[in-house]
Amino acid sequence: MYADIYDKIKADPEFQTLIKQKRRFSLILTFITLTVYFSFILTLAYAPSVFAAPLFEGSVISIGIPVGIGIILIAFILTGIYVKKANTDFDAILNRLKDDVGVKHD
Amino acid sequence: MIKMFLLALASISAFAEAFSGDVQKQDLNISAIVMFVIFVGATLLITYWAAKKTATAKDFYTAGGGITGFQNGLAIAGDYMSAASFLGISALVYANGYDGLIYSIGFLVGWPIILFMVAEKLRNLGKFTFADVASYRLSQKPIRILASFGAIATVTLYLIAQMVGSGKLIQLLFGLDYEVAVILVGILMILYVTFGGMLATTWVQIIKAVLLLSGATFMAFMVMKNMNFSFEKLFSTAVDIHPKGIDIMAPGSLISDPVSAISLGIALMFGTAGLPHILMRFFTVSNAKEARKSVFYATGFIGYFYMLTFIIGFGAIVLVSTNPEYLEAGKSLIGGNNMAAIHLSHAIGGDLFLGFISAVAFATILAVVSGLTLAGASAISHDLYANVFSDGSHDEKKEMRVSKIATVALGVTAIFLGIAFEEQNIAFMVGLAFAIAASANFPILFLSIYWSKLTTRGAFYGGSLGLATAIILVLVGPIVWVQILGNAEAIFPYKYPALFSVSIAFIGIYFFSVTDKSQRAKDEEAAFEHQFIRCETGIGSEGASGH
Repeated sequence: MYADIYDKIKADPEFQTLIKQKRRFSLILTFITLTVYFSFILTLAYAPSVFAAPLFEGSVISIGIPVGIGIILIAFILTGIYVKKANTDFDAILNRLKDDVGVKHD
Repeated sequence: MIKMFLLALASISAFAEAFSGDVQKQDLNISAIVMFVIFVGATLLITYWAAKKTATAKDFYTAGGGITGFQNGLAIAGDYMSAASFLGISALVYANGYDGLIYSIGFLVGWPIILFMVAEKLRNLGKFTFADVASYRLSQKPIRILASFGAIATVTLYLIAQMVGSGKLIQLLFGLDYEVAVILVGILMILYVTFGGMLATTWVQIIKAVLLLSGATFMAFMVMKNMNFSFEKLFSTAVDIHPKGIDIMAPGSLISDPVSAISLGIALMFGTAGLPHILMRFFTVSNAKEARKSVFYATGFIGYFYMLTFIIGFGAIVLVSTNPEYLEAGKSLIGGNNMAAIHLSHAIGGDLFLGFISAVAFATILAVVSGLTLAGASAISHDLYANVFSDGSHDEKKEMRVSKIATVALGVTAIFLGIAFEEQNIAFMVGLAFAIAASANFPILFLSIYWSKLTTRGAFYGGSLGLATAIILVLVGPIVWVQILGNAEAIFPYKYPALFSVSIAFIGIYFFSVTDKSQRAKDEEAAFEHQFIRCETGIGSEGASGH
């Protein structure tokens, strides 16, 4: 029952641009997440001594600890960036498109 | 309703009797019992309230779809932060230091991937279960059978692990018999889910998340206060005390070779994105916006919690491992390393705080098993009963009844399996659950959303291959083949099969899809376009029409 609306939206060049932007944005963030995590565990597998080194001369805190805490923070920050962009910029364009085809939105 | 209250009363009095019978046997912590009874009472009141609001199938499966992003974020955190991760990760930090952090990070990084790849698409395409999404444009029967099999297998393995863990924990904390503890957990979870459905389950999870986060925050704060808020002092004191010395600050033996490292990473990332009880939570919010916010909040809470467990583990090294009050024969912890966080709560807050943390640990178990049971029951009633056996021509009342019967059946099964597996080595179960979720549930879900050429044949054969590979490789791997079955050498050398089983699933799905030249395959590809637009816009999705 939504077939007409879907076809109308699809024909809109602005929708096509939005889709490309969204896809690019999520791919970049996914790529960053995977790179950060797999660099971390591959370093653990191949060169664990890198993380065992002290943070600074005379400290017992190893480099691995701020790196690990940093990854947790990065994961949180990346989700924040995504939600901000998707819920404001992308959704604004989407709501405009929905207005054009007469679909209600919030 | 009256029946429910009677049942509730019966369970509380059974609980009290069980305690009075055990007084001489074990040191009883009155504050723990009082706090636990308050928790159970409050959650049963919530269940009573939720039961009145749960009239339709939509209410039962998704709490009516009216949960906010923030509430859902807390509930997801409550679903994901199990007693095993609270006690297990702090125990891992207590025993090995840094390795505990590596483990936590693996469990966290699945969340950004879920957000970027599946969260909003699930919300826009699905109704009650992830099989709704996977079977959106494919043949209902084969896909739902496979998806529900994956869901039920994941849920059951996870549930057994939680039941056995909870039985042992409650035995230690409250002095209850193992069987009594397992039955008590089972009865409470059946009550929450059968009567209160998703609404009660959600609020039990939210309350538990708030209690657990506050308790853990207080513990970490008191540890740091003891150390004059200096991390340098905390870590150097721990290094001086710990038998492994400075090695606890460095990566140990958790990750040994690159294949295991990548395989574990894949299992944790894609497994999290294939856990049915987690995926189901995205149907409780009204739209994609709230679905995204849920993951943001959940990632924040879960990440914060993992940081706290790291401090708690080190705090236990400093404050517990030298105190003879908590040691057996002056060396090992009373009750094992898993009790590190529990002993620490006593060391910093006395009997009262120990009681609080014990009650929180119990609450944690209840919240996690309730979410699991609801997801398992939904796979049985919504996927198998309504869409496979009744060809979708069922009535909603019957489906609701089936879901409640399924809940009771799953609960009773969980109680029996929990008791049967008491003395078994269940270490492989959570790993196997993640492997199945990553190798069967996730590839079908992911490709159904993103790949236009996915066909029913490809999803069914490829998904089945992934599922079978995951199970077989775990069975012939080091944990089951050597440690449990006692063979000398493992046929498959790696503990984590995900790298292999996930690859086989994707390759199998690809191969059986592109070689599918049937008319059905052509129709399925043609249907992708509209699915894609609905997926991106939410137009036509469940719950969106009301806005």
